[in-house]
Amino acid sequence: MDGEELTEQETALYDRQIRVWGADAQRRLSKSHILVCGMKGTVAEFCKNIVLAGVGSVTLVDDRIVTDESLSANFLILPHENHYNGKTLAEVCCDSLKEFNHMVHVAVETGDISTFGVEFFEKFDAVIISCCSLGKKKLINQKCRKLSKRVAFYTVECRGSCGEMFVDLLDYKYSKKKLEETIECQIEYPSFEEAISVPWRALPRRVSKLYFAMRVIEQFEDVEGRNPGETTIADLPGVLKLRKELCETNVQY
Amino acid sequence: MASQEQLSAIKRAKVLMVGAGGIGCELLKTLALSGFQDIHIVARDAVLRFRPNISITPYHANVKESRFNVDFFKEFDVVLNGLDNLDARRHVNRLCLAADIPLVESGTTGFLGQVTVHLKGKTECYECQPKPAPKTYPVCTITSTPSKFVHCIVWAKDLLFAKLFGDKNQENDLNVRSSDTANSSEHSEDVFECRKDEDIERYGRRIYDHVFGHNIEVALSNEETWKNRNKPRPIYSKDVLPEEQTKENGNEEKGCAADDVSAMVSLSLKNPQDIWSLVENSRVFLEALRLFFLKREKDIGNLTFDKDDQLAVEFVTAAANIRASSFGIPLHSLFEAKGIAGNIVHAVATTNAIIAGLIVIEAIKVLQKDNNNYRMTYCLEHPSRKLLLMPVEPYEPNRSCYVCSETPLSLEVNTQRCKLRDFVEKIIKAKLGMNFPLIMQGASILYEVGEDLEEDMVVIYAANLEKALSELPSPVASGSVLTVEDLQQEFSCSINIKHREEFDEEKEPDGMLLSGWVEAPVDKDNNKPIGNDESTSNALPSMETLEGEKDDEIQETSEVVEAFSGKKRKLSEVSEVTAPDPSGPSSINQNKPEKLDIDDEDDELIISDDWESFTKKKKL
Repeated sequence: MDGEELTEQETALYDRQIRVWGADAQRRLSKSHILVCGMKGTVAEFCKNIVLAGVGSVTLVDDRIVTDESLSANFLILPHENHYNGKTLAEVCCDSLKEFNHMVHVAVETGDISTFGVEFFEKFDAVIISCCSLGKKKLINQKCRKLSKRVAFYTVECRGSCGEMFVDLLDYKYSKKKLEETIECQIEYPSFEEAISVPWRALPRRVSKLYFAMRVIEQFEDVEGRNPGETTIADLPGVLKLRKELCETNVQY
Repeated sequence: MASQEQLSAIKRAKVLMVGAGGIGCELLKTLALSGFQDIHIVARDAVLRFRPNISITPYHANVKESRFNVDFFKEFDVVLNGLDNLDARRHVNRLCLAADIPLVESGTTGFLGQVTVHLKGKTECYECQPKPAPKTYPVCTITSTPSKFVHCIVWAKDLLFAKLFGDKNQENDLNVRSSDTANSSEHSEDVFECRKDEDIERYGRRIYDHVFGHNIEVALSNEETWKNRNKPRPIYSKDVLPEEQTKENGNEEKGCAADDVSAMVSLSLKNPQDIWSLVENSRVFLEALRLFFLKREKDIGNLTFDKDDQLAVEFVTAAANIRASSFGIPLHSLFEAKGIAGNIVHAVATTNAIIAGLIVIEAIKVLQKDNNNYRMTYCLEHPSRKLLLMPVEPYEPNRSCYVCSETPLSLEVNTQRCKLRDFVEKIIKAKLGMNFPLIMQGASILYEVGEDLEEDMVVIYAANLEKALSELPSPVASGSVLTVEDLQQEFSCSINIKHREEFDEEKEPDGMLLSGWVEAPVDKDNNKPIGNDESTSNALPSMETLEGEKDDEIQETSEVVEAFSGKKRKLSEVSEVTAPDPSGPSSINQNKPEKLDIDDEDDELIISDDWESFTKKKKL
């Protein structure tokens, strides 16, 4: 993407979506760099959408080896049987994503990014984390927040047919239209850690019960040293016990 | 996770998808991931490279073909539409009704989307609720008194472009004037033909002067027209582009293939989002015309406007802009003009993905005959009460729907003047959406189409088309009842005829008035059903559908407001309030739909500083 203007190719390819969000938004998209960690389900959908949208680059992180199980609900992994010998999820998804849009640079990063320095995250405009432990999420979020540049932070967790997404846009300025007027607004987003530390009794009544359920499972996995998403029906007694404890702690005055 | 019953219902299901565009692609992916094993797709365009252990049977054809008849549809457990035009949707709707197969309909336009479920006898059919007809404009507005840019586009596309590059034998209103019949039509016929030894540049300027100069002057001569309107000004090429030497520019070497020919490239106009000046538009007009004659000679005479034909888009943009300039209407960029002329529906992958997911959710309910849980789900552009998805219970069938409730229609028409042909084109095909009609009065067949008709019948029917209704072998008069059928759609309805002498040219340009047929008001709002672009028919002289100036807010209101008007009865009267259940599917909407307010101020969130410059709402 050289220069300020969209190329002829981009204008033609992105015609329909430019008509939705405008050429300026398209330009900004083409200059954006996204980091995605944890290639599963929802994240695969997200990658498809952001690549089709014409983002500048997508960097994938997931060193887990492809297994049969990975195939379920991740359409970026084609069931080409023996093709995969030892390839990681990130590598396979990278190959597929490249085909969705040749104009987007898709790459793989290996290693545990929560150990990477702050400068690593500076390369990106948005970071999306999934299938990560509680500790890792907090750590990565903190690194993003340390930068002078805004690096948007998202986590997404899907369990069965329920899901949760967290967004941290740090110090966010936006415009709000009311009738003919445009008002400038600003929101200060809390960090992930701050957000989940809010005592439950302080939360508004209409907060979905799903929020609490997610916190319980999150804690459970943290305490039991489980990999994210590996809580099964067999763990139910333990989960319910923890739920009871947490409710009591949080609801006490 | 799906229950065992759901999984087995899914595995057993034979599903038909119609359409493989934006929604279709996402839908196919979602169906495959959800465990569907037997998927059939009817689509005009090709797709398909997928998981080998699923059976995907493609039919690269238009769903209106006769082989996709009721028996074909009966083979499926559910039909899923991913179409982009009203015509095909109505067609499939009728076939699903005839076959008694559930239909899940859907549509998206930008960030807006919807999914609806239709079961014969249990819910509304797709046509129970008024679907706004494609917008048409009176002929005189287009030819003489345009007031909006879209009128200029229609003129440029359907008149000028058609006259210069389209079928010469086609009737054309380009020289229609509100008065002044002094000029013989024979004289004007020659104007648009390039003379034998005429230089292309000369020819271009001659055409320019004729349509933007001479024709305007003639129109001005009729004082009456301009009594309460702003007068247009004639524009002549010599004033805008003083005689220039023929451009011999190196740019002509670029894009030698006929397909790549472009006036913009030739004139170094880089950005399709720029609004050209009158001078630039005039240059583009002349250059495009020149390029058509020089590089695409063989196309001339058979071209119809195609939004993907760059040169055609350039020509139409320039012509429309010059006309707009003449009438004091604001000019538009090529990008905008293309959208209007091409009826482009703006789209993003994310909405399609959401809608595809919802389609599968409804499809699974249908397979399980989960009658109480069907939902019409609307995906909003802006959250309402923090919710982006709005599920609503389906309504009972509309008792006066002429499609699923067999209500007779009424037609007021001048039976002595109106030809059968007009009746067939404007009413049967355009309004009633029948593609292969059979028209009868009593036992007498007035007209039919079919592959195996006898020669002499074909001759009779052809002759009938040219006759006035009152002169048909079985004369049609006030009180006559016509039965109209489309055998392929297995759909039939009756029309009561009433003779009327006069019709208002402006309000009833077709010279006919159909009632009992549910139609939404066609006015400046231009409310389109979500995801429909092309017009349903090319009946002349009403002008084709166009997008016009879209107002974002309007888009949301049509279907959604209907849903909340509370006028119709829901399938079940039982309250929807249920407690949120964290272990169940993510709860989207706990409250009774009636209580949701669409105009929730709090949630008008707009992201960027530059949004304003993009949306540029045009006030009428």
